[in-house]
Amino acid sequence: MRAALRILLALMALGVIVLVAFYLRSHPGTLPQHEGAQEVNATTQTINRGEYLARAGDCVACHTEPNGRDFAGGRAMPTPFGALFVPNITPDDETGIGKWTADDFYRMMHTGVSRSGQLLYPAMPFASYTKVTREDSDAIFAYLMSVPPVKRANKPHELKFPFNKRELLVGWRTLYFKEGEYVPDPKQSAQWNRGAYLVQGLGHCSMCHTAINALGGSSESQAFEGGMIPNQNWYAPSLTSNREAGLGNWELKDIADLLQVGLSHRATTYGPMAEVVYNSLQYLSDEDVLAMAVYLKALPQRDSEPPPTSQARLVAPTVMESGRKIYEQQCAMCHGEEGKGHPPSFPPLAGNQSITMSSPVNSIRMVLNGGYAPGTRKNPRPHGMPPFAHLLNDEEVAAVITYIRVAWENSGTPVTPAQANELRPLLPN
Amino acid sequence: MHIRRRMQALATLALIAALPSIACAQQEHVPSFKQVDSIEARVQGCVTCHGQSGQGAASGYFPRIAGKPAGYLYNQLQAFRDGTRTYPPMNYLVAYLPDPYLREIAEYFAKQRPPFPATETRAVDAQVMARGEAIATRGDTAKNIPACAACHGAEFTGMEPGIPGLAGLGSTYLVGQLTRWRVGERSAAEPDCMKRVATRLSDADISAVAAWLSRRAAPKQASPESSNLVRMPFACGSQR
Repeated sequence: MRAALRILLALMALGVIVLVAFYLRSHPGTLPQHEGAQEVNATTQTINRGEYLARAGDCVACHTEPNGRDFAGGRAMPTPFGALFVPNITPDDETGIGKWTADDFYRMMHTGVSRSGQLLYPAMPFASYTKVTREDSDAIFAYLMSVPPVKRANKPHELKFPFNKRELLVGWRTLYFKEGEYVPDPKQSAQWNRGAYLVQGLGHCSMCHTAINALGGSSESQAFEGGMIPNQNWYAPSLTSNREAGLGNWELKDIADLLQVGLSHRATTYGPMAEVVYNSLQYLSDEDVLAMAVYLKALPQRDSEPPPTSQARLVAPTVMESGRKIYEQQCAMCHGEEGKGHPPSFPPLAGNQSITMSSPVNSIRMVLNGGYAPGTRKNPRPHGMPPFAHLLNDEEVAAVITYIRVAWENSGTPVTPAQANELRPLLPN
Repeated sequence: MHIRRRMQALATLALIAALPSIACAQQEHVPSFKQVDSIEARVQGCVTCHGQSGQGAASGYFPRIAGKPAGYLYNQLQAFRDGTRTYPPMNYLVAYLPDPYLREIAEYFAKQRPPFPATETRAVDAQVMARGEAIATRGDTAKNIPACAACHGAEFTGMEPGIPGLAGLGSTYLVGQLTRWRVGERSAAEPDCMKRVATRLSDADISAVAAWLSRRAAPKQASPESSNLVRMPFACGSQR
């Protein structure tokens, strides 16, 4: 009898364990609740540090509607799967995160699970933020709790079926999400590790610089190898290829300047990267930006494709001549007869990897729409390039871009009028 | 033979005479500056559309910005940056530029005084022109429409600090903006006086006033009038 009871109890205990395990599996990211969870010590110092880290994470860029109140959400984020509406993260009790605890916030950052237990869509870069330390997460939380609360109800997402089914995210997470704080590499310097922590974590650089596949995931084996930014018609160049934005042969100062100032003697930021500099990187300290530069420069260089063959680089002489004429008339004033530019004000085109890389998307966009580098603390009055969409037809756009891609020993390939035509709309149709 | 040669000579002469003006018109929209570190070099991002001195495009599609009050230009640049005025090419260009720099760009173009373009010449019905002139100079009391001149100046050169000049603008642009104002796509700081006016204009009124304004001889004095709140028919948010 006693033995039978023991077996029964053992079985019951086993059952409970299985149930708990099952519950935890189906509710990934649930942290065990423990009594007396530490209150955040919201001293000014922590808040200031949190503000700095929130800048590094560029929270404001997505969580603020253009011309709206900071962090009050509402911004529509178009994705290939439909529109997401970014939530209010001000400390309003009803519509924001006013009732959240530091534990809730860390769980969200670390595991991509909301306070309600809902799985977050990976538009929230939790696959990067998972690397953020508990201490830094708490500081960001303290800062967010200190901003003025805004009462603004969240808008429901407008995702297409089946992407509106959050259950599918369990599968996505299995494929593309690896939970875990950043683990310093003892073989590397403290500076390299700091850079890696910022680039991989709060900086969430891989969101754009690693190709996004049809499932909206990015593969770790292709980290930083570049890709088209969905719904923006810009190409985020590879950070690992010296043929693209690989930084192996750049001076550290040029890398740091590009990140923090928005331009350097090698290249200039426009479009989505200008936004990142404007909202986030310009506010980082010189030390942190240099650490990021050290890490980025040291990324293993692996060219995913061979350089173009001489066959692929052949250009019809008439196209070359047409391109040269347009260049001399419209471009040479700023970029110079020999494509040397007036760095850093007007970027060089000769030897500029962003001109010669295999995707001509960014060059086409620049010729069509022009662009200003971001106005930053270290470069508050940037120079800019005017649009040519209304002056040049598709053949002319293709000719002048072909010209700058092959002139002055540049190693690019010709582009077609069709490629230029496709990018005429500022935003994808 | 003789005649043919004379014709050739004449054609050549005509061509030579025409060349400078064509070259000039094109040159005005081609990047050009003297020093890299100057505001002149910095505003090259504007010139292929608005011209080197902000005189606008001959087609009338890209507006004249030269000589408009700096306050007005600054408000527009800010509105384009923040998305409260929508025109994607402009929204994109100024998206990441800070206020003091936008102010500097506004002041640069406010100071420019390039010659006014030739007035539009396409024939317009006399009745339409009369209606346009009436709205522009006297208003329409029956419809409670004030005269454009009441705020935009007797010579339509605008009023400091926030009311744009209308002289030198093409009819395409004027019709486009008035229509956008009427349907609520364009707005200004509250109280939005231009909204009150535009919503009282009919399609015919808009065509008429744009036709008359774009055919009016260039003003002798191109500067905006100084601020005069007493004369204004409505309160305007952008004049505060």
